[in-house]
Amino acid sequence: MINGVPVQEHYRDASHQFASAKEGIWLFMATEILMFGGLFVGYLIFHMKYPQMFAEGAQFLDWRLGFVNTLVLIFSSLTMALGIYFCQINQPKKAVWALAITILCGAVFMVIKYFEYTHKFHMGIYPGRMLDLEMLNQHLSSIGKPAIASTNLGMYFGFYFCMSGLHGIHVILGMLMISWCLYRCMRGDFNPNYYTAVEGVGIFWHIIDLVWIFLFPLLYLVG
Amino acid sequence: MSDNHNNHHEEHHIMPLATYYKVAGALFLLTFLTVGFHALREYMGPFSALIAFSIAAVKAFLVMAWFMHLKYDKLSNKIIFGSGFIFLALLFVICIMDIYTRLNVNSVL
Repeated sequence: MINGVPVQEHYRDASHQFASAKEGIWLFMATEILMFGGLFVGYLIFHMKYPQMFAEGAQFLDWRLGFVNTLVLIFSSLTMALGIYFCQINQPKKAVWALAITILCGAVFMVIKYFEYTHKFHMGIYPGRMLDLEMLNQHLSSIGKPAIASTNLGMYFGFYFCMSGLHGIHVILGMLMISWCLYRCMRGDFNPNYYTAVEGVGIFWHIIDLVWIFLFPLLYLVG
Repeated sequence: MSDNHNNHHEEHHIMPLATYYKVAGALFLLTFLTVGFHALREYMGPFSALIAFSIAAVKAFLVMAWFMHLKYDKLSNKIIFGSGFIFLALLFVICIMDIYTRLNVNSVL
């Protein structure tokens, strides 16, 4: 321990350790951009190829739910940033509160996602070939709406479930990692010289927000 | 707060609390703006997607610069993160060129 920082022996000093950790996180974030980016490029290409089918698919999404989820995630990003801030100014109690609210926001986001997903499953909407077009058309005729013209609607929902599902997995993992930070914060591990874990998890949480900022208009608004 | 400034490590830059609130306020405002433009999409036609993604880009910049503290981070970290976007753009451009040339030659994808 040097000035409250548990410096590992293979580092020169605390700032060397912090800089290495940050560099690792940013490398990880570059791979995250590439992972989600591949899906975005695929979406754009197939959107250009089948604009009608994508428009038919997008009408099943309720933009109000996406909008609420956007607000929830932005708020959680703020509380995450505040969690780091309170660690930096040595107020661990406030940091614990900020992190707890962040986890709660993540849970709210996932509950809304759960209702969106189950509503789609209920109508026979599944990704790719699993989409039950007959069941969906039956449902549409029962509520007096025209049947689906595109036979490859499953492709749109393949993108929808993969993109929002991968994002949802990130939210769950983020919540678990914030819980770990919260536990360590309560234990008194962090101080203004050492809060690397909160900083790193914070960057991960913000990239979840960043991806959602693009997913919201892509899936819910442009269709 | 200023006594916490630059105590041991230059990289532990502490942003004032007000900045976080301002950035979050701007993000909320831009989200409402996105939805507002969405309501007017019939009048804007093809521009509505462009507007939605332009607003998203501004929001992304706010999150990266202030929430992720990239504005005060080392240049090497900015380059590392930026390289992700550069390679993503490369993927996009090469795919588009491939599709465009196929369309020109075969008139099908």
